[in-house]
Amino acid sequence: MAVPQRRRFLLAGAALASIVTTSPLAAREEYITVASTTSTQSSGLFEHLLPKFENETGIKVRVIAVGTGQALDMGRRGDADVVFVHDKTAEEKFVAQGYGVGRKEVMYNDFVIIGPKTDPAKITGGNDVLAALKKIKATQAPFVSRADKSGTHAAELRYWKAAGIDIGKDKGPWYKETGSGMGAALNTASGLNGYIFSDRGTWLNFKNRGDLGILVEGDKRLFNQYGIMLVNPAKHAHVKKTYGELFVNWVASPVGQRAIADYKINGEQLFFPNYRPQ
Amino acid sequence: MDVVLEAFGQAARLIGSFDQKLVEIVLLSLQVSLSAVAIATVVGLPIGAGLAVGKFPGRQALVVMLNAMMGLPPVVVGLLVYLLLSRAGPLGEFGILFTPSAMVIAQTVLILPIIAALTRQAVEDAWHEYREQLTSLGARGWRAALTLVWDIRFSLITAVLAGLGRAAAEVGAVIIVGGNIDGVTRVMTTTIALETSKGDLPLALSLGVILVTLVVLLNASAQSLKQLTERRYG
Amino acid sequence: MAEAVASLANSVLPLRLEQVSFVINGRAIIDRVSLSVEAGSRTIILGPNGAGKSVLMRLCHGLLAPTSGRLAWNRPERPGERRRQAMVFQKQVMLRRSVLGNITYALKLAGVSSAERKHQAWAALERVGLTHLAKHSARVLSGGEQQRLALARAWALQPEVLFLDEPTASLDPGAAAEVERIIEAIHGAGTKIVMSTHNLGQARRLGDEVLFLHQGQLKERTGVGQFFTTPSSAEAEAFIKGELPWLYHNDAVSSLPAQRSRR
Repeated sequence: MAVPQRRRFLLAGAALASIVTTSPLAAREEYITVASTTSTQSSGLFEHLLPKFENETGIKVRVIAVGTGQALDMGRRGDADVVFVHDKTAEEKFVAQGYGVGRKEVMYNDFVIIGPKTDPAKITGGNDVLAALKKIKATQAPFVSRADKSGTHAAELRYWKAAGIDIGKDKGPWYKETGSGMGAALNTASGLNGYIFSDRGTWLNFKNRGDLGILVEGDKRLFNQYGIMLVNPAKHAHVKKTYGELFVNWVASPVGQRAIADYKINGEQLFFPNYRPQ
Repeated sequence: MDVVLEAFGQAARLIGSFDQKLVEIVLLSLQVSLSAVAIATVVGLPIGAGLAVGKFPGRQALVVMLNAMMGLPPVVVGLLVYLLLSRAGPLGEFGILFTPSAMVIAQTVLILPIIAALTRQAVEDAWHEYREQLTSLGARGWRAALTLVWDIRFSLITAVLAGLGRAAAEVGAVIIVGGNIDGVTRVMTTTIALETSKGDLPLALSLGVILVTLVVLLNASAQSLKQLTERRYG
Repeated sequence: MAEAVASLANSVLPLRLEQVSFVINGRAIIDRVSLSVEAGSRTIILGPNGAGKSVLMRLCHGLLAPTSGRLAWNRPERPGERRRQAMVFQKQVMLRRSVLGNITYALKLAGVSSAERKHQAWAALERVGLTHLAKHSARVLSGGEQQRLALARAWALQPEVLFLDEPTASLDPGAAAEVERIIEAIHGAGTKIVMSTHNLGQARRLGDEVLFLHQGQLKERTGVGQFFTTPSSAEAEAFIKGELPWLYHNDAVSSLPAQRSRR
């Protein structure tokens, strides 16, 4: 019969409509959008840090984790209120172009060179990043590069240059450019049993280690500075200036700085607060 | 291989424990994809039906284009919708980017061609069968299209479920326009991507098991619906 | 019924065909046919397979447009008005709804009010003896039952003309007899019958006049009795004698003994 069938269809449609219109899609809350990096997210820092801020202020922090390059692009477009990345050169350019204001250097961590325990390039235990990179290139051992305009990638390129290697010209099939986030690149390195340049935070939180381990660390040059700033409200009127500034200042405040220092994995501290008011 | 077995075990444990986060993620996945399918059906069904019975210049080109759009790469759709919804873009003032609404929009764009094209095919096939009889009875144009759509309603449900399966399974579009924000725009596929990037492959895999189970159930119900109705209604 | 409703001026009959042709890929399926379909009698379109009977019916009913020639009803069908002609095909197409629903659908298209629709649909089902299947899904009925349903549907529309394209070709004798009985009843109620068939016995039983079609050409038009006793064309004679093959070729006919002796 056509009629009872139609009724059944209408009931299905009504059920669908009720599923569709309830909760998340209709929710409204106070929040800011923070563009940050995959390495920061992969380290687990935000899961530790943000609840403290949210409890204190009632403002939710929505983190979009992409590469530094994309995070800064989001800031340029006005798709974020705050940018929290780790590429000082790019950040200063960002501010100089007028896209960011109130930049604060709030914490640092360090980079390490991860590699297979078999270590064909023989760099284990070293604390000289440049020497290690030279050896890796000489051995032509497989090396995974993020190649994604991230802060980590930018740092990696700086070290190659400092080691006197023009990696753009001298790379060979041993140099694998994945164009991906830190975690994905680590997965690749794990699968290839290759070397990779990583931030300590992501590595400590990474579970698919395979045969890899930290081979080179402690070089003062491996210092990785994080900066946080508000997206310039003059360029984008809709930016949540008050809340955004609240967050930036909170991260730099003693409370925020202590929270950063408190974050540990297996008793090991990942990030080191270093905000110094100008 | 035992990673896979472990994943099944972990999946069962996750489901059994009704983990709050998991429930949130699954619910959001369903809401986003179901919404997208609902809108895509409302818009796509008439387009497909109209294209099937209509006669106008350029019709064939439209059919070819629609079929081609079924293969739109999700990541490209995501990028295009991102540019549209970005503050720097034409629809930026609505501030929809990085919300579930943006994800619904992206998925709707993605599966609209699928539903429209499959509808067109089904209605056109039916039109070949019904054309003479309907014309004889005096049903023309939109009248005929409507009658056909109702008559092949069960085949169309299959098309709709195909669209739903595609939406629930994609990650490229929703991760770009949604941003994979914890508690806000994180769905099953983006969570799997995240956990994979954290190297937590067992967890990622177990979520994958849950997702695949959902999709399989969807397809199985589509199949059994088809068989059941064929037997009952001929 | 239909006769009472339609006055002569209001009737769509007669239907006039003038030199109507239907040519596809250079082949004339219908070749310069001229005829006039009048009210009252039961017209049988007779001919072997491939003669063009189905195409001629479809041209008359408006499902196909002639490639040349003129085809005109007494008055054109006005938009928004219920159809004055109906057609029953050899193979039935039923909607995916109940038996009753298929008839009410047709009545809805004809503009009948929803209260009246159900009433008229039931009456139609009664006339063909399908009331016990009213709530059944139409598409799971047997071939004979579907044919009766198609007739009920057409009858419910109270058309002035009913076209039937080989309505019993795919039915067993019992079902075919039932269908013939219904066709007779429809005619008795005042509807003009135009039916195609290749079954000579059926033509004799149901027809008043015969239009003999051969290779797309109208070869003969006579009363049923005269056609079968004294056909005027050679092809008709051959057909009645059962000598005409299924697929027809010019050479084949001229080589038949009957033809050769005639020359």
